[in-house]
Amino acid sequence: MLKLPVYLDNNATTPCDPRVVETMLPFFTETFGNASSRNHAFGWAAEAAVDLAREQVAALIGADPKEIIFTSGATEADNLALKGVFEMYIDKGNHIITTEIEHKAILDTCKHLEKQGAEITYLKVNSEGLPDLKELEAAITPKTIMVAIMYANNEIGVINPIKEISAIAKRHGVLMMSDITQAAGKIPVDVDRDGIDLAAFSAHKLYGPKGIGALYVRRKSPRVKVTAQLDGGGHERGMRSGTLNVPGIVGFGKACEISLGEMEEEGKRLAVLRDKLENALLQLEESAVNGFRAQRLPHVSNISFRYIEGEALLMGFNKNIAVSSGSACTSASPEPSYVLTSLGLGDDLAHSSIRFGLGRFTTEEEIDYAIKAVTETVNKLREISPLWEMFKEGADMSSIEWSRP
Amino acid sequence: MKKIYFDNAATTALDSNVLDVMLPYMTEKFGNPSSIYSYGRESRLAIETARKSVAKILNAHPGEIFFTSGGTESSNTAIAAAINNLGCRHIISSEIEHHATLHSVEHLHSRDNIRLSNVNLLSNGHVDMEHLRELLAGSKERCLVTLMHANNEIGNLLDMHAVGNLCKEFDAIFHSDTVQTVGHYPFDLRNTPVHFINGSAHKFHGPKGVGILYINENVKITPFIHGGSQERNMRAGTENVYGIVGFAKALEMATAHYEEHSAYINDLRMYMAEQLQQHIPGIGFNGDLHGRSLYTVLNVSFPKTEKSEMLLFNLDINGICASGGSACTSGADAGSHVIRAINSDPNRIAVRFSFSKDNTKEEIDTVVAKLKELI
Ligand SMILES: Cc1ncc(COP(=O)(O)O)c(C=O)c1O
Ligand SMILES: Cc1ncc(COP(=O)(O)O)c(C=O)c1O
Repeated sequence: MLKLPVYLDNNATTPCDPRVVETMLPFFTETFGNASSRNHAFGWAAEAAVDLAREQVAALIGADPKEIIFTSGATEADNLALKGVFEMYIDKGNHIITTEIEHKAILDTCKHLEKQGAEITYLKVNSEGLPDLKELEAAITPKTIMVAIMYANNEIGVINPIKEISAIAKRHGVLMMSDITQAAGKIPVDVDRDGIDLAAFSAHKLYGPKGIGALYVRRKSPRVKVTAQLDGGGHERGMRSGTLNVPGIVGFGKACEISLGEMEEEGKRLAVLRDKLENALLQLEESAVNGFRAQRLPHVSNISFRYIEGEALLMGFNKNIAVSSGSACTSASPEPSYVLTSLGLGDDLAHSSIRFGLGRFTTEEEIDYAIKAVTETVNKLREISPLWEMFKEGADMSSIEWSRP
Repeated sequence: MKKIYFDNAATTALDSNVLDVMLPYMTEKFGNPSSIYSYGRESRLAIETARKSVAKILNAHPGEIFFTSGGTESSNTAIAAAINNLGCRHIISSEIEHHATLHSVEHLHSRDNIRLSNVNLLSNGHVDMEHLRELLAGSKERCLVTLMHANNEIGNLLDMHAVGNLCKEFDAIFHSDTVQTVGHYPFDLRNTPVHFINGSAHKFHGPKGVGILYINENVKITPFIHGGSQERNMRAGTENVYGIVGFAKALEMATAHYEEHSAYINDLRMYMAEQLQQHIPGIGFNGDLHGRSLYTVLNVSFPKTEKSEMLLFNLDINGICASGGSACTSGADAGSHVIRAINSDPNRIAVRFSFSKDNTKEEIDTVVAKLKELI
């Protein structure tokens, strides 16, 4: 039996895998020690569990466990990477290069740093969602300390050529930071192969618990340092203080282990389902995929349905299908997605776009249901849409004034 | 061997009733609270319900309660905001604060040239209020006073009202680290002259990795962690929904059983103090055991001998968990900065025993008997 609503918003968050929950459970009530308690067995047991989890998390991205700093999530990790590097390397320079379509955790932090005297270059992206690498290289100055470009975009799923980007950064002696939140556990990420010096990610995007994440900080060639943003007991090698969230860390570790083991198979399975969904919805007139199709996360599809209000569309089936028209952080906002407008979509088209994010628990039956429900809703809305009628009658649609309440 | 856990000031066991209400938010109710469909709304509702409940218990407005990743983040946020947003240029603190305060304050002092004064402490560990007044009166700049409500090592309780009123008199900002008291004492924030307090769920049988920051409605600050509109634009990052739900439930339970548990735990503590005095020669207590003191903590001072120096180690071998200082000193055993600040006698060894509702008199008898053997 199909359980409604069908959840197709796995880029916003994912449910905890039952195997993850099971691994966490003993650390709530029985092995509940403070991992920093040095004098007794409760503390050591907690510390041992954290050590194992640190290995599991490190293994997912080809890092050394010593290079993993646990945080409360990707947002805090992004903050730590940007602010921490900015403060630590201020003698070298104050310039950071990023892109226009980063997550808010990067963009807002950059805006904050600008007030502290940082110079930020926000690279534009092309209509496929990719930055121009020549432009990137040209933007580097002697004052540049870091390039911060996400591995895969959370709205369109487009994967950046991180290896090439990091090669440019390296050539100029600039640190390479990547927000790998959407890529980690979904596609292979390897900090050495990819030339990444700092990387931020969150457990709840890979079937682990909310409230826990990590910053990877390279220790060798180059040895990267960040200024701590949370001062206190000196946890996490002094880079992030606060009592360790032991059950959360254990869950994160398990989630990474599972994702690493199942990534290849699962990626293939999801790509098949995603393609089925996408191809079916592209049968609808005036629908198009946003972002570079050939280089995308296997479980993501962002589709626009021209001449339909995205909100009406979401209302049309939101009771039965949980999807979003952009990132969750901004989904309550009436603004069109800044990611899609950066790709060159007009506000109207950005508004009529939907992100489908499949996940570990998505079934073919759910995809079939989604295809049917979306198709029906689109057709129904178009039947009553004056715009659609005008378009069908051959009106010059570009001359039409759009207004939004 | 059944272990005896007398280190509840470091962290506590999660209550199974708290776990029960948390679990659904890990699996079936997993939505991102910022999402607008039913899964998201369900999570959002859980957070707002938790916020209301916490606010009601502390007698604050829901708009004054912000969820964070723990006590450390909350203290860092408050202290940074006092400097960055509220015009404070002089910090008055003490040497026995938790490291989350000490190191934040030192950082601001050395990096941003913020003036730093430590208030004098009396030999029983209490703040010298006369000196505090002098410091405030003598300051040309606006002050941030950051003094903890209960000390996590020796248990001394601050008179928050007295300090708050003094701060008011001199237009100072007052932050009090209440990590050891939220969930252990009733609060009436609407009638307490304080701008910031914090709380951490794992200190009162809630989950690790979640805390609160109370920001009095009369102060306006900017966020400490950027990148999303969560917590009404004050704290970015996808909310730790199950943690937040757990925080509220743990606080509700602590509040419901406050009278009973606090009396019970205090009895345990006093019983242990009495037994130790009867059976072990030369011991004393750090702090103000019979005065203003946190009922969960007993800090015992042993004469320094070869045996007492090995005490924690030997206690552990015997399945007894206690602590020599706070749990977060990194690596090397630097000793306790708190004990050093109030009592520099090198011939004493301090051991902190801290209790919870789950401990018993039998456990204390066992521990005292063991101590007799070990000393
Ligand atoms: C008095 C005091 N303040 C702050 C903290 C820090 O809390 P957390 O470790 O949850 O960040 C603790 C506990 O470690 C504490 O005892
Ligand atoms: C690319 C990216 N970076 C950062 C984040 C922030 O993660 P969190 O909310 O877990 O801190 C998210 C998700 O919200 C994301 O998709």
